[in-house]
Formats: sequence, structure tokens, C-alpha cells
Amino acid sequence: MSDAAAITGDAHAHGHHPDLQHHFDTLEQQHEAATLGMWLFLVTEVLFFGGLFLAYMLYRVWYHEAWVAGSKELSIALGGFNTVVLIGSSLTMAMAVRSAQTGYRRATIGWLLGTMALGLTFLIVKVFEYKDKFDHHHVPGYDFHVDAAHAGIAGPMEIFFSLYFTMTGLHALHMIIGFGLMSVITWMAYKNRFSPQWYTPVEMSGLYWHFVDIVWIFLFPLLYLVDRTQ
Amino acid sequence: MSEIFKFIPDQASTMAADVDQLYWFIIGVTAFFGILVCVLVVYFAVRYRTDDPLKVGAPITGSIPLELAWSVIPFLISVVIFVWASQVFFDLYRPPDQTLEIYATGKRWMWKFQHLDGKAEINTLHVPVGRPVKVTFTSEDVLHSLYFPSFRTKADAIPGRYSTVWFEATQTGEWHIFCAEYCGTKHSGMIGMVTVMEPSAYQAWLSGNEGGGTLASRGERLFSELACNTCHISDGSGRGPSLVDKFGAQEQLTNGSIVNVDETYVRESILTPQLKVVAGFQPVMPTFQGLVNEEGVMALIEYVKSLQSSPGGAAAPSTAGTPAAAPPQENR
Amino acid sequence: MEMTLAAPRVDYLNEKHTVASWLLTKDHKRIGIMYLVVVSLAFFVGGLFASLIRFELATPAGDLVTSDTYNKLFTMHGVAMVFFVLIPAVPAILGNFVLPLMLGAKDVAFPKINLLSWYVFVIGFLFTLYAMITGGVDTGWTFYTPYSSRASSTNVMMTGIGVFITGFSSILTGLNFMVTIHRMRAPGLTWFRLPLFVWAIYSTSLVQVLGTPVIAITVLALAVERGLGFGIFDPALGGDPVLFQHLFWFYSHPAVYIMILPPMGAISEVLACFSRKNIFGYSFVAFSSLAIAIFGFLVWAHHLFVAGISTYSALVFSFLTYAVAIPSAVKTFNWTATLYKGAIWLKAPMIWAICFLGLFLVGGLTGLFTAALGVDVHIHDTYFVVAHFHFIMVGGAIMGYFAGLHFWWPKMTGRMYSDAAAKVAAVIVFVGFNLTFGPQFILGYLGMPRRYHMYPEEFQVLNVLSSAGASILAVGYVLVAIYLIASLFNGEEAGDNPWHATGLEWTTQSPPLPHNFETQPVVTEGAYEYSKREIKVV
Repeated sequence: MSDAAAITGDAHAHGHHPDLQHHFDTLEQQHEAATLGMWLFLVTEVLFFGGLFLAYMLYRVWYHEAWVAGSKELSIALGGFNTVVLIGSSLTMAMAVRSAQTGYRRATIGWLLGTMALGLTFLIVKVFEYKDKFDHHHVPGYDFHVDAAHAGIAGPMEIFFSLYFTMTGLHALHMIIGFGLMSVITWMAYKNRFSPQWYTPVEMSGLYWHFVDIVWIFLFPLLYLVDRTQ
Repeated sequence: MSEIFKFIPDQASTMAADVDQLYWFIIGVTAFFGILVCVLVVYFAVRYRTDDPLKVGAPITGSIPLELAWSVIPFLISVVIFVWASQVFFDLYRPPDQTLEIYATGKRWMWKFQHLDGKAEINTLHVPVGRPVKVTFTSEDVLHSLYFPSFRTKADAIPGRYSTVWFEATQTGEWHIFCAEYCGTKHSGMIGMVTVMEPSAYQAWLSGNEGGGTLASRGERLFSELACNTCHISDGSGRGPSLVDKFGAQEQLTNGSIVNVDETYVRESILTPQLKVVAGFQPVMPTFQGLVNEEGVMALIEYVKSLQSSPGGAAAPSTAGTPAAAPPQENR
Repeated sequence: MEMTLAAPRVDYLNEKHTVASWLLTKDHKRIGIMYLVVVSLAFFVGGLFASLIRFELATPAGDLVTSDTYNKLFTMHGVAMVFFVLIPAVPAILGNFVLPLMLGAKDVAFPKINLLSWYVFVIGFLFTLYAMITGGVDTGWTFYTPYSSRASSTNVMMTGIGVFITGFSSILTGLNFMVTIHRMRAPGLTWFRLPLFVWAIYSTSLVQVLGTPVIAITVLALAVERGLGFGIFDPALGGDPVLFQHLFWFYSHPAVYIMILPPMGAISEVLACFSRKNIFGYSFVAFSSLAIAIFGFLVWAHHLFVAGISTYSALVFSFLTYAVAIPSAVKTFNWTATLYKGAIWLKAPMIWAICFLGLFLVGGLTGLFTAALGVDVHIHDTYFVVAHFHFIMVGGAIMGYFAGLHFWWPKMTGRMYSDAAAKVAAVIVFVGFNLTFGPQFILGYLGMPRRYHMYPEEFQVLNVLSSAGASILAVGYVLVAIYLIASLFNGEEAGDNPWHATGLEWTTQSPPLPHNFETQPVVTEGAYEYSKREIKVV
């Protein structure tokens, strides 16, 4: 139907899907544009985190001892729990996208709420981890000190914790933004805005959520599991 | 000579003429291409000018041979410049084996120079003509850059690292030392003078030493003041490794890797001692961060350098220093 | 096809007049105009700082302002010009306006995000302006640590936040344009029928999307270091201040291509139009843009040749720098060859374009000096470098921007400026520019370091020449502002295609319809088929 409209340029023909914006010819073109845009955005996110990963790698090579010592101060149990929680939330997110695609409104809402609950769990655990760092004076620039055994590498350890807080903090910020996105999407689903023909926002939010998940999948071993065999 | 018509600074070092030669060569190449393109553009614009907007140009869309020609020829010329310039670069940053060593520290907003025999100066530097001089330097605060325009060399002073420049002055005289890396309020006031002297005059100047002994002897005093000598015992019986004959050698670390014992490693070992521990020793050395300043570290490095078992070794023998009253060189 | 209505034509400007209709518009053309307003303001601010710098440097002593003030002046000049003029000028103003028109699209792919980009840009600009007004910033636009993180007592945080925010505007604009070029082309508009301006914008967008996030994170790392006392680059903790430089230049060198590629694209349009010829070597010019964008990411460390990087990595980066120079040389030769046997119509945009060629040529060729390791050791951080990048940034990017602005001005406003005044202004700017920055090459080789408030007396003659040139340059720019603004009030009706140009943007009315085209255009041939086509005359 609209292919013909696109070629003849009869783009202002109305009666299209209500969510088709005026400057696109077809829903398909609109969806392709959104998908490409989202993937490009994720590329920018990769480069955004990339700068910190580069700093991490450089200092890890230079100051391996400090990295080992710093990593030992982190709780594998909490970090591991959070990893499972996030992987679980990616599953619920995928289910939400699938439900939207197949037009099950209630299931979409349910899976989205589940994703939000898991995301919230992650953030709450993170708050406890951060509090622990404050208690042990492991927050850089805030009365930072390490035990006497590590006094000779206190500086590089402070760099480790600077990177720890910057990287996990940025990740947590992305989680919070994701939580906000989910709220909007859930509300839209509640208002029955999606259909099997048009559920782009759910899909795009899903891509974003999976990306945030993947960042954590890198952060966890890099920060928590440095040479834990020692 | 009027300064107005100067296009290049004085050529006061062995490298200056090499750099200038390359400079003039690139000027020649770029002038040729620059003038060629300008002349063609102006010529075409005049030759094919029209006031009739309805006229159209010739149906030319391109030419592969031409594209190849003006890709490949500039590339080949670039390679020539690249190879030549890299050669000059290596010469600029690779000092000869036998150099007169000088330490320096950049600090907002001054250059502090330290001669091995103990003489120190601020914003002035005296060097002999005809002898390669190597300046090893760092910064106490922010980035600086030690720049000798008449010697055509510079390098950034980076806190936490050592940089070096070397030059061999070819004529006596006085030239500017600039700070070339922006460092705050009086960046433009961080200017010094290098004075190149005849060797005899230089010796006379050096001998006007205010006392306090050589740099290595200051390092030796510091070595005992900081109680380094309680662990680093020269026969190797201490809790730390003996430092005799260590400078310039390689050491194996506890994690199995090999490290070159150079200025940077000695400095790092003083300030973050548990990072690269020599194999066979425990990480028990405390940090001396805050207890010793950059000039003190340089003195210590010079002392470690001087610890040579063979008498024909490097600079100053370890026993030479006079352990007289300590001058207040560490004004922290 | 135009003039089907006898009544006053509806266009994007007269469709609605309320303030809200501008501030809430999703029309790429209006957003382009809104960028024009803000960027012009930033250009004025940056230019004011530049004038004060040149006034101060007319004498060796620091007698006009204090050293601290001077340091703030060159910093704020750099920040305003780089982040708020050079980077957005061509993509956000001209790109926004003409890109969808060139593609035969009704708008960019994401009009709301496009408007958001403008707001993000303005918010970033306001932060930066606030930082400037409430005390300024003195780190240099490069924000090198540890000076910026530990030593400076000025508004580094606020400026950093401004730059950080503005970065997202640039990212979103690049992303928007890339998707637009991929998905919104008119039927028949294949990649190799695209105008070269589109290729240039595409390459630029690639750099914006890949590079800008890196400076965003770098500035963020600086902010946590300065604001929260974290230590990522802090040498006192064992951190590496040079790492900051690597990260900074990983963006900021490609950023040079964000600044120069779009003007290069505009120049291709202008030269082809006023030569009435197909651009010489279309695909070489197109792919050279992409090559520059990609190679541009591999040369950042040539800013660090004296910063203690290893001599071998210096070799690699020097070689790659020569490699990236080749596509620029190819473009220049192709532009020159385009003029050959053309029917050259010397209207104002063409004069600006020819002046661009001359200045860009000097800028590009002097890059061969700075890329040459042995010479760079001497001229690094001297006025030679200052002169070199001003020839690229101002002689290249700003001249190219003006060429494009003069070219599309009648399309944007529907009015024609005074051709004679524009030609005079171009010549004044050209002469003033050369007088300003030409002597700086010699100053630099003589050893005068950049960012010097006071300087030894032997440098005075050349500095006076430079300051004299700057005042001529200022006259030229003011003249441009005067006749362009005047044209809005008493300029002649430009007509839909005053230059008799090819390109879809010239097939719609001037100023264009709110939704660009009455009917969806269909493209059947390349972008510059002047010699084949009977040109429409209005």
C-alpha cells in the first residue's frame, strides 16, 4: 500500500497509522530509522565508556598490585548477586518486547514492571556497596586511606577506587535513566499505545537496557575479579 | 644586524643547522605546490571567466591517471620528508654516550637547574661550548616544557616522570630558555637564559661553588638522614637489596617481570615502593612520598648512580662526598 | 512548478510568526536559523576576546590586562570558537537547513531530537557564558591536567559542564544526520548521486558520533577529579596526566575534521555551481571525505610529540599524519581541476570559495611542518602552530562557512545581499587574515611560545603586524554582518534559483515551503550535471 505512495511521492496521504510521523512515508521506514538511530546511539555509549576502560587497562598494567589489593576490597557476593539480577532483568525485558510484538498488553506491562523491580534491586544493592566503601574510607577524595600493609600503594589504590566509582556510578546513572524510560514505556503500554504494527519504543528501550546490562557484564569481572586466586 | 629581518633564530647547537635544513626543504616543497595551485586557480578563474550565467563548462568529470598522479606524487614526497624528519628527531632525542649531566625541575614559575658538582641556579643555565649536555628534568606541580629555541629542542616537564633534552652548543653567547607548555599566571614570565661559555670559563664558574658538596654527596647524606642505609646495605645483608652496581642494570621482580633500573624506576621505588618489589624481598619499605621533594629524589638517584663497585665507574665515587654540615637544600 | 499560486506564497518563515512557533518548531530550517543566531552570538563573543588578545600583544609588556586576565581571554576565545562556533557552524546551521532539502526529504529523521539538540546546545552555551561572566576560566581550551584539575582557581567546572552538555548536542546532530542520509533519500537519489556536501556531512557525522563521547567522558573524568577529589590523572597518586592528553586529542584531533569537512563540502558545491561543471573526480572527492574522517582517528598523538611518548610511537603517528594529508591534497587538486574549462561566474560565493582555497592551502601545507618530527620539536607550542591551525580553522573552516552561507543565503532568507559588498568583504578578510597570521609563522619559528602574555622585545615587530592585520580582519567580519542583516530588510527578492544551480534545494521556492517540496522529488542523474542540463531560469 504505502510503497506505492512512497514512490509516487504522495506522502501526505492521510489515513495512515496514527503513529506515523508526517516526514516518513511508511511505518517501516520510520522503524528502520529509529533502529539505526538507536544502534548509533549505542555506539556512542560504547565509546563513552571506552575512555574509562582505556584508563582502567593502562593503570591495571602499571599498577597490578594495587588493582589486586583494591579488587579484594569489593564484595564478590554482592557483585555476583547483582550480575544475576541484571541478567534476569535482560530476560524480563526481552519478554516484554516479545509481548509487545505479539500484542499482549497485560503481559507487556507485567514484564516491564518485573524489569523495573530487578533494576531497582540492583540499585539498592549498589547503595549498600557504596555505603560499605564510605565506612571503610575507600572513597577517593573523601578521607581516603588504606590499611598499613598497602601504604606503599595507597596512591594507585586511590586511582583504582576513583575508576571504580566513576565506572559503576556512570553505570548506575544509566540504570536510573533506564528506570525512567521503563516508567514511560509502562505508562504508554497501560494506555494501550502499542500494537504489533508499532511497538518501536518498547524495542528501543529494550536495546538500551540490554546495553546497560552488557556494560555491567564487563564491569563485574574487571573490577571484582582481579586475580582473585591469590 | 637588525632583528626585523630575522627568519630563523641563531643556530647555536649542532642540531640547529640540521633542523633548519629540513625546514628550508619543506618550505621549498610547500612553496612549489602552494604557488602552483594558486597560479592555476587564478589563471583558470581569469581565463574561463564569464558573465553569462547560462553558459556551461566543458563536460569533464575526472581523470584516473591524474587522480593517481596527485595522490602518489605527494605521498612519495611526504615519505621523503617523513624519513628525513624522523632521522632528525632521533638525533634530537638520542643523546650521545658521554654527556655532561644536569638535572632540572620546573616549578611555577621558574626553572631550577642542578649541576652534578653541587652548584644550583634558577632561570639561568651555564654550560660549556662544544660538549654534549643532557638535561634530565621533571616538574613539581603542573606541566611545563623546557624549550631552547636556539638549540631547536624542547620537551615537556611532566610531574611524576623524567624527560630529557640534550644539545651541544657550538658558540658562546646567551639565549632564551622558554617554558612552552602553558602553566598558569606567569607562564610568560617563566623565561630563563642559557649562557654558553668557553670550557675554561665554565670550569672557573663551577669552582665558585658555594659549598655543600656534589649532588651525589647530598644524595648520600639524604640516604642516611632518611635511614635508607639501615635496609639497603651494600653487602646485601639488609632487608632491602644492595644498591651497588644496580643503576643501569636489570632486576627481576616478585611477579617475575624484569625492570630496567633507570631514573624513573628509582623514583617510583622511593615514592610507591610496594609496586615493583625486587624478587626475594618483602614489600616492607614505607613510602617516602611527602618526605623528600623532587630535588631530593634527584640527589638520591645521583647517589644510587654513583654506587659502583669498580673504581673506574661512572660520575662521582660513592666515598667522595664530604659528610659535613648539611646545607638546607631541602626547603620544603 | 513554482509560482502556481498567485497569492503570497506560504513559506517556512511566514507560516507562523509567534515566538512559540520558533522555540517549539520541529522544522529543520527554522532550527538551522536558530543555530545561526546562537552561533553568530558565540562568534561575536569569541571575536571580542580575540581582539583583546591582539590589542594586548601589540606591545611586549603586559600593559593592557593582567596575566590572569590574559590567560582567561585566550582560554575563553578558544572555548567559544571551538565548541560554539567551529564545530556547529556548518553542520548545525547549513547542514540543518540544506541537508533534508538536498535529499528531497521533508525533514531530518528525528525532528524532535533535532530541536532537543538545539536546546542542549543553548544550555551548554549558557553554562559556558555563565562561567565566563562570573570569573572566566584560564586553563586553555585544552584543559590539560594537572593544571585544570588541581592548580587553576577559575571556573573550570562550570566551563567543563558547558562543554560536556554541548557535546551531546553534537552527538545527537551527527546521529540524526547519519540516519537521515541513510533512510530519507528521495527516490532515485543513490549514494553516488548525492551532492558532495552530503558526503561531507556524512563523514562529519561519523566523527561526531564516534569521537564526541570520548571527550565527554574525558571532561567528566576531569570533573570528578576536580570536583570530588577523585584521582584518575593525578600524578600525586601515580596517575598519568598524559593520559588526559591522549583521551582529549582522540576526540579533539578528529574534531578538527568536524570543523573542516563540512566547509569542504560547501566549497565543492560552490565551485561546481560557479564553474558550471561537474566536480572533477566526484568519487575521489567523496571518498576523500570518508578517508579523512577515518584516518583522522589515527593521528591524535601527533599533538604529543614532545610530551614524552616513545620515539617509535611518534614515528607511527607522524607517518599516519602524512597519510591523512593525502586525501586533503587530493581534494585541493580536484577543486583546482574543476575550474579548468569551466564557465566561471565570479559571484560573491565564488570569491569566498577562491579565498578559501588560498588560505586552506597554506593551512594544509604548513601541516607538513608540524607533522615532520624533527621540525615539530622546535615549533611545537609556538606561534607556528597557532598560525597553522588558524589557517585551517579560520582560513579554512570559517571562509568555507561564509562561502556556503553566501551561497545558500538567498535560499534561506529569500533575499539577495549586495554582491559588491560581499566581494569587498571577502577580499578584506583575505588580506586581513594573511596579515594577521602570516607573521605568526615566522614568530613561531623564531621561538615565541604560544599563550604568552608578555614576550621578549625582539618579537614586537611581527606582533604589531599581526595585530594590525587583526583589525583589518575585524572590519571584514563586521562588514559581512552589516550587509547580510541589511539584506533582510531591503535585499532584492532572490528568486528560487538565483545561481542557476543544480541540486534539489534549488528546485523548491525561496524561502522553502514549510514541508520543503510540493511533490516528492525524484532524482534521475548525478548532482552536478551542468553540462547536460538545460538550466532552469526563473
